[in-house]
Amino acid sequence: MGPRKGEGKIQKKSEEFLQIFRKGEEFTQELLKENERLRFKLVELEEELKEMGKNRVKFLEERSRILEKEKKEIQERYRQVEAENKDFVAKYLDVEEENNNLANLYVASYQLHSTLDFNEVLRTVIEIVSNLIGAERFAIMIVDEMTEELKVIASEGLNKEDIPKVKSGEGIIGEVVITGESYFEEFVPGRTSKDLSKPVVCIPLKIKEKVIGVIAIYSLLIQKKGFINVDYELFNLLVGHTATAIFSSKLYTQSEGKLTTIQTFIDILNEKPL
Amino acid sequence: MSDINFLIVEDSPTMRQLIAFALKRIQKARVVEATDGVDALKKMVGQNFDMLFVDINMPVMDGLKFVSLVRADPAKKDVPIIMITTEGAEEDRKRALSLGASAYLTKPILIQELLQIVSQHLKQ
Repeated sequence: MGPRKGEGKIQKKSEEFLQIFRKGEEFTQELLKENERLRFKLVELEEELKEMGKNRVKFLEERSRILEKEKKEIQERYRQVEAENKDFVAKYLDVEEENNNLANLYVASYQLHSTLDFNEVLRTVIEIVSNLIGAERFAIMIVDEMTEELKVIASEGLNKEDIPKVKSGEGIIGEVVITGESYFEEFVPGRTSKDLSKPVVCIPLKIKEKVIGVIAIYSLLIQKKGFINVDYELFNLLVGHTATAIFSSKLYTQSEGKLTTIQTFIDILNEKPL
Repeated sequence: MSDINFLIVEDSPTMRQLIAFALKRIQKARVVEATDGVDALKKMVGQNFDMLFVDINMPVMDGLKFVSLVRADPAKKDVPIIMITTEGAEEDRKRALSLGASAYLTKPILIQELLQIVSQHLKQ
């Protein structure tokens, strides 16, 4: 092997080596570029992520604010519904009470006008005053138009004879006859009026504005702790209805008597002479 | 649901009507009225009542005598009997309860009170 041949081989190998080296260099350059690009991308992504995080926080904050607002609205609505509910309960109790009061008034009115018998009317008034209102001792009095004196026509828990004679305008009872206004003494549970000219309650019995009598109450049942709405309603009913019931039953009884007399006369007249 | 049968034993027509009026607000309520103890005993023949309302002061046969007769019948020993009285005295209450009354109402009766007692005793 000559020296020239050997040099040629070396030359060739060195060229091959240079070529490989250049490729390596190119590859390294590409890697560096890629590295640069990836680093840039990484920075970009980090920026994006930061931005997204910021947006996410903003979004969640906004959502939380909306939910908080909704919560307040719901709480407000709940309060409103609760208040409405309380209102309905109160209204229901009122209606229930009104219903019960009406039942009492219906029964009282029905019983008062269910008969034309004078004694039965008086019995009914006594029942209403004692059983529905809770009076223990009381009297029903009628004004005598001739003498202007009040005549006791019925009493409960006391003797008629024990009640002093009163004229229109005299004392509490007489004043009620003149004014036509009910008298209520300040309520004291268990209070009994020993003085029968001074009742604890005195209500007029009126036909329109004309007072034809009174109901004088001297004491209430011991369990009666005070007057309730229905008692005042019953008193009002008695003011307007008792007088008409008493008056019409009295007229009916009188007309019945007259009718019997007339009938007897007619029978006598119709009798054939012997 | 079957009828709920009530018997009111009371001489006052006003009180009878008021109690009946209140009881008829209960669904399926059927109300029978008697004017005294004897009338009530007659009306109880062949009829079962779920609750009795009995006035203490009545003519012919008073409420206390009536209650003792009802309780003497083993078939009627558990029927709730609600006494109605004018007196608020403790003695009357004790006497009525010792004879077998289940509860008692004092006149003047409040409808809501009456309905409460009915509901309590019907549940029992």
